[in-house]
Amino acid sequence: MISDMKPEDIVGDYRETVLTFYDGTRRKVLYTELETPYPDGKLIVSTTTPEGVIRQVNRAFVEMSGYSEAELIGAPHNILRHPDMPAAAFKDLWETVQRGEKWQGYVKNLRKDGGYYWVKATVIPNVRGGKVVGYTSVRRKPSRTRVDECAKLYPTLR
Amino acid sequence: MTFLFTVSPDFAPDRLSGWYIFNTWLQKQTGTAIHLEMYNHYQQLHQAIEADKIDLIYANPYDAAMLVRNKGFLPLAKAQGQADEAIIAVNADSSVRDVADLQANSRVAFTDDPDVRLMGMIMLEPADLDAGNIVPVLADTHVLVAKHLLKGEADAGIILAEAYDNLSGVIRKQLRVLVRSQISVIHHALMVGPRLQAKRGEWRQVLLDMAADEKGRGVLAALGFDGWQTIDDEEMEFMIDLMDTLNT
Ligand SMILES: Cc1cc2nc3c(=O)[nH]c(=O)nc-3n(C[C@H](O)[C@H](O)[C@H](O)COP(=O)(O)O)c2cc1C
Repeated sequence: MISDMKPEDIVGDYRETVLTFYDGTRRKVLYTELETPYPDGKLIVSTTTPEGVIRQVNRAFVEMSGYSEAELIGAPHNILRHPDMPAAAFKDLWETVQRGEKWQGYVKNLRKDGGYYWVKATVIPNVRGGKVVGYTSVRRKPSRTRVDECAKLYPTLR
Repeated sequence: MTFLFTVSPDFAPDRLSGWYIFNTWLQKQTGTAIHLEMYNHYQQLHQAIEADKIDLIYANPYDAAMLVRNKGFLPLAKAQGQADEAIIAVNADSSVRDVADLQANSRVAFTDDPDVRLMGMIMLEPADLDAGNIVPVLADTHVLVAKHLLKGEADAGIILAEAYDNLSGVIRKQLRVLVRSQISVIHHALMVGPRLQAKRGEWRQVLLDMAADEKGRGVLAALGFDGWQTIDDEEMEFMIDLMDTLNT
């Protein structure tokens, strides 16, 4: 579905791994140790179809992910999946929103240039006329303390 | 029948007469009797909403959610190019340089303006601050939030960005802004309740045409607006969903 990451897009020294997504598809990802700090005062917003395909992103999303809007719209949201994130977190996300509830968690996202950024994400179902027509995620600047906790915890869950 | 119109209590005090002028203009344009009732506090407003007294409201985005979901209100229009944003400020002499420098039990001043408080609290989260570990200093107006900072009665203040920008230069010089929100999709909305829904299309057109008319432009100037802009149902739903994600 999404293409492998390309060395020419990467900034700095990188490592390489292959992610296997929930649906069985695979992607080669290249990732570095370069963190992009969360921009103060901004929210990073995206909406997806019920299947998790990106339908809409705001400017902060484009800036932080490093992809163009055209590359993002129509792509599955796992285009940002970082190898350090435990699959269990996303399983919990999907189970929670499919029950019609709000999910909140700390997520390490992978940029197009191989770097990463931490967010505190809230995902909710978009209910229109009693039907779920998609999902919206709004990310905000996380507390450093919580990020440090997650950075320690997540590798033990993988 | 006379319809009841109200404006969210966070309106800028110097726009009070503007809202009365707008109401007179709207009555003339629509040939409808409308009574404007201004509430000083959210508590009074919420009681009136609960009692189904309101027919037309210029609503805070925080209330808009409840009005749409529980009270059958629909959006008409928003002020062109305006969005609600918040800033976090400290006294210019404070040693706090970054939100992350703020400690638990900091005294944080704010008004009862619910969307500004929500945006402000989100900007304090990076410092591990939340409603449970700050000392709230409730102020009647955004100007009074600034005064608490100047007098050293609060360590940080949450202020509506527009209100901050309208503070005198003398006051602003004694403050330092740590962070300003750039959310841009949260805004007030003019909304109609169930008894006015049949008039929605007609009234919206009247509002959209307002900036093209000389008298209308004068009324808009009294409100500090350039014009009205349609809010469609999906834009409203999106804002409500967004507020919902922020509300935890
Ligand atoms: C609205 C919404 C936003 C999401 N945002 C992200 C995100 O920013 N980063 C991410 O890795 N996964 C995000 N996900 C989860 C992905 O859909 C996906 O579950 C995850 O990347 C793991 O991939 P997989 O489930 O295909 O294995 C989001 C899901 C939804 C519904």
